[in-house]
Amino acid sequence: MLLKQKSNLPGFHLALGYTVLYLSLIVLIPLSMLFIKTSTISFSDFWNVVTAPRTLAAYRLSFGAAFIASVINIFFGFLIAWVLARYRFPGKKIVDALIDFPFALPTAVAGIALTTLYAPNGIIGHALSQIGIKAAYNSLGVVLALMFIGLPFIVRTVEPVLQEIDPEIEEAASSLGAGRFEIFRRVIFPTVLPSLVTGFSLAFARTIGEYGSVVFIAGNMPGKTEIAPLLIITKLEEFDYTGATSIALVMLIVSFILLALTNWAQWWASKKVGLS
Amino acid sequence: MSNSRTESPLVRWLLIGIALFYLGLFIFMPLFIVFSTALEKGIAFYFQSLGDPDTIAAIKLTLITALIAVPLNLIFGIAASWAIAKFDFHGKNLLLTLIDVPLSISPVISGFIFVLLFGLQGVFGHWLRAHDIRIIFAPTAIIIATIFVTFPMVARELIPVMKAQGSDEEEAAITLGASGWKTFWYVTLPNIKWGLLYGVILCNARAMGEFGAVSVVSGHIRGFTNTLPLQIEILYNDYDFTAAFAAASLLAFLALFTLVIKSLVEFRYQAELEAVHKNKAH
Repeated sequence: MLLKQKSNLPGFHLALGYTVLYLSLIVLIPLSMLFIKTSTISFSDFWNVVTAPRTLAAYRLSFGAAFIASVINIFFGFLIAWVLARYRFPGKKIVDALIDFPFALPTAVAGIALTTLYAPNGIIGHALSQIGIKAAYNSLGVVLALMFIGLPFIVRTVEPVLQEIDPEIEEAASSLGAGRFEIFRRVIFPTVLPSLVTGFSLAFARTIGEYGSVVFIAGNMPGKTEIAPLLIITKLEEFDYTGATSIALVMLIVSFILLALTNWAQWWASKKVGLS
Repeated sequence: MSNSRTESPLVRWLLIGIALFYLGLFIFMPLFIVFSTALEKGIAFYFQSLGDPDTIAAIKLTLITALIAVPLNLIFGIAASWAIAKFDFHGKNLLLTLIDVPLSISPVISGFIFVLLFGLQGVFGHWLRAHDIRIIFAPTAIIIATIFVTFPMVARELIPVMKAQGSDEEEAAITLGASGWKTFWYVTLPNIKWGLLYGVILCNARAMGEFGAVSVVSGHIRGFTNTLPLQIEILYNDYDFTAAFAAASLLAFLALFTLVIKSLVEFRYQAELEAVHKNKAH
């Protein structure tokens, strides 16, 4: 009934049944709690919480820092993917393997390491304070932590696309008289664009809700350097479930929109590859 | 090599330099600082701080959590990838999107939903209290939240691998009269073992390192509901930096180990893919 095509392989109903059951128990039912709790909150209560100055400041910091960090990572992520896909240099294999380090490293470890580096008495933080830049315990610290977290998502989506570009296309463009910049702008960039959008949305989605790596470096001053996930925890500790639910709901909706955007970008990328 | 595909050496080395500088700032430096701070008071102090009873208790709880969460998500990952990679059915894309949900929401929200489910004000709160069962602020909640957060890790690695393998070999085995389990065991499993290994290692690393979700449901009771990442936070906030980084170095080792396995798996796949291409060429 569900199957589009008959198959002689066994186990479809068992495998799918177990998948759906486990998905429901572990993910769907717990997640639905947030919506059930929301239904008990009046709209004016919800609105008061999510438009309170402290909440708005937390959203601005979480979404804004994630956006800035992901935009910066588009440039550096692309550059790193380019260097790894095209050039040879000593130690490249190790560098390539370490790209996933931010993904594999527990966020709390990343948090204390980055804070120690960028604090005013840290190696990098001290140098920065000499030129009047305060990195840790400031919104800049949040951006730095999110740049760390988001980097592998962009490099790993762009790198395979760069590797698969057919050299003959570039050579053809070159023999037709196109310069390196022209080839980049008209051949390479359009091919890589869908993967850049995918990487950006993956990094952005991952970083807006980030907690562990940020909470140490942020400073956590209400209204200034307090991220939205931390505000949810604060509300919970005050037993303000209405407040926590309202703030979480907005974040969850943004996450779902980004998930849809990512899926669309991946579909766009696969369509583009199919056409060429 | 024709120079139509590459830049002048100056541009090339400039780009490599910028890339390495950026990676140095964001990857090598944090890695260096973890180990240098952990060892700043010497190797004896390093092992002494790891031997602290609360840290030992945190390591134990972290191991138990991973030991429960990883096998459960492994079984799920195998079932999900079998259904998704080997069959074509309605609603497949929706299912794929739903499997990814735990990765796309904030870890704090992941913990919070279990407070809404099992906390005192939660749906089952009264019933649990009446029966004297404690889930929130107890190890049970930590394990459940970890299962949620690491839920897609094995499935995500296995689905593309199983898809790439196709189903020709399995169909042949079934046609020749092998049972479903035998086919899976002798035909599918050898083909996917490297992807499976990496999925398990990655799932394990995330299970042992989860912070946000676990932090919300744990209650931070020392020696009882602290996992290793939570213990690191406590030590760090107590200004016990050397001990915090000593504990952190264990998780950093785990991350490096995960990357080594990943590189090995990629190397194996590349070799296998090349072998397949060679056979096809003949």
